[in-house]
Amino acid sequence: MNALTQTWVTVGLLSDIPIRGARCIKNGDMTIAVFRTADGRVFALEDNCPHKNGPLSQGIVHDGCVTCPLHNWVISLETGIAQGADEGQTLSFPVKLEGDKILLEVSR
Amino acid sequence: MTEKQKLVVIGNGMAPGRMLEHLFEKAPDAYDVTIFNAEPRVNYDRIMLSPVLSGEKSFEDIIIHGDGWYIEHGVMLYKGHKVVGIDRKAKTVTSEHGEIAEYDKLVIATGSAPFIIPVPGHDLPGVLTYRDLDDVDAMLLAAQSRGKAVVIGGGLLGLEAAAGLKERGMDVTVIHLMPNLMERQLDPAAGYLLERAFEERGIKVITSASTKRITGDTRVESIELEDGTVIPATLVVMAVGIRPNGALAKEAGLSVNRGIVVSDSMQTSDPDIFAVGECAEINGNVYGLVAPLYQMAEVAAGHLANGGGKNFVETSTATKLKVTGIDLYSVGDFAEADDREEIVLRDANAGIYKRLVLKDDKIIGVVLYGDTGDGAWYYDMLKKGSDVSELRETLIFGQAYQGGAALDPSAAVAALPDDAEICGCNGICKGTITSAISSKGLTNLDDVRAHTKASASCGTCTGLVEQLLGLTLGDAYNPSAVSAICGCADLGHSDVRRLIKAKELKTIPEVMQELEWKTSCGCSKCRPALNYYLVCDWPDEYADDYQSRFINERVHANIQKDGTYSVVPRMWGGMTNSTELRAIADVVDKFQIPAVKCTGGQRIDMLGIKKEDLPAVWEDLGKAGFVSGQAYAKGLRTVKTCVGSDWCRFGTQDSTGLGIKLEKFMWGSWTPAKLKLAVSGCPRNCAEATCKDIGVICVDSGYEIHFAGAAGLDIKGTEILGNVKTEEAVIEHVVALAQMYREQGWYLERIYKWAKRVGFDEIRRQIMDDEEKRKAYYERFVFSQKFAQVDPWSERVSGKDKHEFKPMATLSLEAAE
Ligand code: SRM
Ligand SMILES: Cc1cc2nc3c(=O)[nH]c(=O)nc-3n(C[C@H](O)[C@H](O)[C@H](O)COP(=O)(O)OP(=O)(O)OC[C@H]3O[C@@H](n4cnc5c(N)ncnc54)[C@H](O)[C@@H]3O)c2cc1C
Ligand code: SF4
Ligand code: FES
Repeated sequence: MNALTQTWVTVGLLSDIPIRGARCIKNGDMTIAVFRTADGRVFALEDNCPHKNGPLSQGIVHDGCVTCPLHNWVISLETGIAQGADEGQTLSFPVKLEGDKILLEVSR
Repeated sequence: MTEKQKLVVIGNGMAPGRMLEHLFEKAPDAYDVTIFNAEPRVNYDRIMLSPVLSGEKSFEDIIIHGDGWYIEHGVMLYKGHKVVGIDRKAKTVTSEHGEIAEYDKLVIATGSAPFIIPVPGHDLPGVLTYRDLDDVDAMLLAAQSRGKAVVIGGGLLGLEAAAGLKERGMDVTVIHLMPNLMERQLDPAAGYLLERAFEERGIKVITSASTKRITGDTRVESIELEDGTVIPATLVVMAVGIRPNGALAKEAGLSVNRGIVVSDSMQTSDPDIFAVGECAEINGNVYGLVAPLYQMAEVAAGHLANGGGKNFVETSTATKLKVTGIDLYSVGDFAEADDREEIVLRDANAGIYKRLVLKDDKIIGVVLYGDTGDGAWYYDMLKKGSDVSELRETLIFGQAYQGGAALDPSAAVAALPDDAEICGCNGICKGTITSAISSKGLTNLDDVRAHTKASASCGTCTGLVEQLLGLTLGDAYNPSAVSAICGCADLGHSDVRRLIKAKELKTIPEVMQELEWKTSCGCSKCRPALNYYLVCDWPDEYADDYQSRFINERVHANIQKDGTYSVVPRMWGGMTNSTELRAIADVVDKFQIPAVKCTGGQRIDMLGIKKEDLPAVWEDLGKAGFVSGQAYAKGLRTVKTCVGSDWCRFGTQDSTGLGIKLEKFMWGSWTPAKLKLAVSGCPRNCAEATCKDIGVICVDSGYEIHFAGAAGLDIKGTEILGNVKTEEAVIEHVVALAQMYREQGWYLERIYKWAKRVGFDEIRRQIMDDEEKRKAYYERFVFSQKFAQVDPWSERVSGKDKHEFKPMATLSLEAAE
């Protein structure tokens, strides 16, 4: 059987990520970017811009969004949806903080 | 909630792509959509393949719906799945890989297939057609050998292919069966002008020529014409016409003539099956241009959404040839006949030809060559069947001449009625554009493209759309207007810079608070600008905020389109030696760097390095004495030099040495936009100093300092700042100028734009004439260099910003268990 189950995995500490920055998590072939906003919230998106697969982890983080480094699409950290007139969505993953620990929900 | 219906689409070309956009707008939740596409890719703008072939665009530039679009709309897209059967009883379709999908409604959009003339040799390797990206890729591969190409077919596609292949360095001949090129769209006179324009570009054109056979052993070697002429060829492109793809529909028992027969609501003989695009036949007509296909798309979407809406109405479509530098426009019917009159205007010197065909005082055909500006105006009258007898005398001179006095071009656009079509590809009228501009508050071309699609396909109407922006917004549309730094603030760059100094604001949060930013932490436009202003104004006090820098400046390498990086070490003044070259060679081998290139800035670029490898690459480069070339920085880039008096028989001064001195003095400094210098040893100017941000031309009597040149997005020769006698004086003046620019320039404003804004004379006055000012600028630069001249690479080799280069965690299955 190959039914998928959801598991929370610890992926690092809040202090590992610069404020208004991101770090990457490798999960098999996929890279997941975990973002930290100015007000200390964390979000996780696939590190893949819906436009042309730009690495979102390398972008500039502002408000609840990240601006893609390749062609400046602005992607919502919460939903992965492109803002403004651009259309597209990146996968997002549930993340939570337990104290300083960052937990990411992945399916196995 | 009602159960969603299943919609299956066969083919993912331009017509169904547009249809789905309309459908999702009208009835977002009506269908679960599944698409099968024989091509293994997303939906792209097929009509822009020619710019991809010629190199003006990349495939990425012409994608219409990226992968994200399908995810967002919950569309299942099977790429590389050709549908091989439709079972109308079971209401299913089957792909060649055995995938079966059920449908409630089916849309067939299989487009057409290029026609292949069945002459002997037509199946040899090296004989291609021109329809999709694979064809373009095959042509590009063939073009790498710079061989000879023969294009069969002098219609729109054939000519675009020929121009593209020529652009890629091939020797190109076009063979055309008819006596003149594009005979379906052009009359003989325009065909002749077009032929001449192609020959001027070095493309041979043979008309009235019929292909007898294609010859070659293992691949194409030559092509033989009926008259016995043999033309050697390593590549043959057949562009002789298209045939609608109706076979699948026919096998399913649908009514098919030339194309799949549909009603004016795009329904085939089976009411649950629609056909749109080039494969569809309406009233005995099939179509091969996007405008009518987009109309079909809208009609089909309407009927799918609620079973009603508009029906298809036949209109004539204008044709434009998309070859850069050739302006050509034709629409309607221009065959000669007794009941028709024509008006012709020729201007041989200007290469202009215009012809209008009238019947019963109405325009029925238009051919414009060389000056196509009035196309939209004529087309509008043609479509409406306007009586032109009143205008007859001046009609051919165009809209600008109506009413006696010549109108300026924007007045001509202003005079167009609201329903005049501006964008032919997308069928967008003037009124749609102007009302979108006012109601949605659009202020620039990109906004208009995003909201109306006008000028977003082939782009030939861009000028008209810009004029509409100008007309609708009036003074508010000024592409270079002084505007707020970004949406987060009300102040412009100048005010922000002034207030940072005046109020002694020294951190980004302070600036945002004091200057009343409207967002909590700015955006990707204002933060890098503020960070620069603070670095420049408080070099010793401000702590650079790396999170407000663009990735390239944050990791000191240039991000590439695949997420890898490139690394460019400094080669002072373009000089190098065997030790340096050996170190580069070793690094390239050790890290298996896929590409090494000499840049336009006289140094070496290593491309395709994985981010994780960057610190180790720098460590090795650092051991050989290299520092970062800052090829990514809004800062000092390169100082190009020529060999100068050391070697050159004309050199008047040591241009190489001076260039190196300047580079060593100024490297590491941050500037509003990038700053490039050059020093040439004599006025022959081999280092191209007269198009740089700052340039020096050595002369017998000393040095001529230049500034404010451009050779990127804009091209502009430099202005002369003044003459000085010694190298020390050059350095003092150049550095003072750079500092003045650093203190006044707006972020991302190159020196030539800044100079235009503040005035060339003012700059000369402060740098050349006011010694005190110059010395003060110079001192401030020197002071800030104390903090700036730290090699960012060696810093990172020693551990700074480690987090940038390593993943935070690597998950594996075992770890979770
Ligand atoms: C590598 C190089 C091309 C080459 O293979 O030769 C290059 C590569 C890039 N150029 Fe360039 N430019 C290079 C010389 C030039 C030159 C010629 C020169 O410097 O002599 C120009 C015209 C002069 C000028 O600067 O305007 C040039 C005008 C541009 C422009 C247009 C700038 C403008 O304001 O007009 C851009 C776009 C921009 O900066 O916004 C650009 C942007 C870029 C970027 C950074 C694109 C990007 O944002 O990713 C490319 C980075 C590739 C990389 O990772 O290395 N590049 N670029 C050259 C590097 C020179 C060096 O050693 O540092
Ligand atoms: C180089 C070039 C330049 C052009 N320039 C212009 C221009 O300037 N102006 C203009 O108006 N028009 C231009 N055209 C024409 C325009 O591109 C076409 O009219 C338009 O793309 C047709 O759209 P479509 O959706 O009907 O078919 P297509 O875009 O051809 O799409 C059909 C798709 O269906 C797929 N398919 C076929 N059979 C099957 C099957 N059995 N199962 C699954 N998938 C299948 C095909 O692989 C293809 O991807 C140009 C065309 C070319 C090739
Ligand atoms: S500019 Fe040309 S001629 Fe002058 S020194 Fe350089 S190489 Fe020699
Ligand atoms: S890849 Fe992200 S904006 Fe283009």
